[in-house]
Amino acid sequence: MDIIVNMSSALCLLLGSFLCLSGGVGIIRFPDFYTRMHAVGVTDTLGAGMILIGLMLQNPEGLVVLKLLLILVMTIFISPVASHALAKAAFRNDLMPLSDSNENKEGTESSIP
Amino acid sequence: MRDLFAVVMMSGIFGLLSASFFVAMDAVDVAFTEASVGAGIATLLMLTAVTLTGRSEDSERHKPMWALVVVFITGGLLIYGTLDMPYFGSSQAPVHLHVAPRYINDSMQETGLPNIVTSVLASYRGFDTLGEVVVIFTAGMGVLALLRVESRPGIDQTMADTIFYLMHERHLILRIVTKLLLPFILLFALYVQFHGDFGPGGGFQAGVIFAAAIILYAMVFGLPTARRVVNQTFFRLLAAVGVLLYGGVGVVSMLNGGNFLDYNVLADDPVAGQHLGILLIELGVGCTVASVMVIIFFNFSGRREFP
Repeated sequence: MDIIVNMSSALCLLLGSFLCLSGGVGIIRFPDFYTRMHAVGVTDTLGAGMILIGLMLQNPEGLVVLKLLLILVMTIFISPVASHALAKAAFRNDLMPLSDSNENKEGTESSIP
Repeated sequence: MRDLFAVVMMSGIFGLLSASFFVAMDAVDVAFTEASVGAGIATLLMLTAVTLTGRSEDSERHKPMWALVVVFITGGLLIYGTLDMPYFGSSQAPVHLHVAPRYINDSMQETGLPNIVTSVLASYRGFDTLGEVVVIFTAGMGVLALLRVESRPGIDQTMADTIFYLMHERHLILRIVTKLLLPFILLFALYVQFHGDFGPGGGFQAGVIFAAAIILYAMVFGLPTARRVVNQTFFRLLAAVGVLLYGGVGVVSMLNGGNFLDYNVLADDPVAGQHLGILLIELGVGCTVASVMVIIFFNFSGRREFP
């Protein structure tokens, strides 16, 4: 029983770390604002969630789980909303997404306000 | 870097990073303060200041050479000053021989608080903290004296309502999530305020978190709506009441026959007196910090509203 909990905790932690790392790679490698934000916004919520679940399994009783659960709920609420607000602000300031058919391929970078 | 927005963001990132290295050095209280003040509210207030003054630096109005000379001289003097200091991490440093052992060994008996940082900040160094609170209060008064925005009759009830509903569609998701989260943020602020004796936290962090909740409301729901919810006169009063409470505790302890801010005489039992005194002055700190932050934000952004 103990070993199952430990293994699943380790798995969650590893997966979460991998997701966060891939988000970090994405923010460097992706071409424009929206794709970068997509990379971070999606992986960050899940990655942080997995890490929190892994930490909960490390100490599966008591007040710690409750606190981690609260942090998890907050992360699930706040992280997507923050991404949404960022994307909306960028879109309202006329930052066009980069696309192949887009003619102003060079103009996209300069239109960052 | 000429873009002040980027500069502000960089300083926010720096604040968050220094908070994480404070955590790595086991200074959770400092990390908490740095994360909430340095990375949170300071960045926000700087951003409102940038919206007031303009986003890019004026070009070449000053002579950078003189500034560089001054910086070099000051830096040289500071480095010269450090030559007298004990080596970093030396166990023979005076702070490790005199003050720190007293705090670590005796603070539990003397104040009865498990969090040494709180007992140092609020009890042993209560006078310093009083100075910090007065500095914050003075900052708020300075903003009020220089940049105060009267609520003009130009925006009346109907116009505020129109602005509110115009923004409603545009910020629907933000508004709903803000409404959901606000009670929890306020509750967390109260938890930090009153749990500061036992864990990381205290008046400064709690005040900033409380103010952050109100500022979030003002940003998402618009200033006219927020003005109706948040009474400005009340917050001006609260800022003064916080300092008054802090100083009042000191005066009461003097009247009871102790020194200024000597909490031992506040109750029959010295430890109970310490508890009471620390709780009261943390409350005063929280009130002042929260209301000064709210005052600064509302007056900065109100000035933007009526140019």
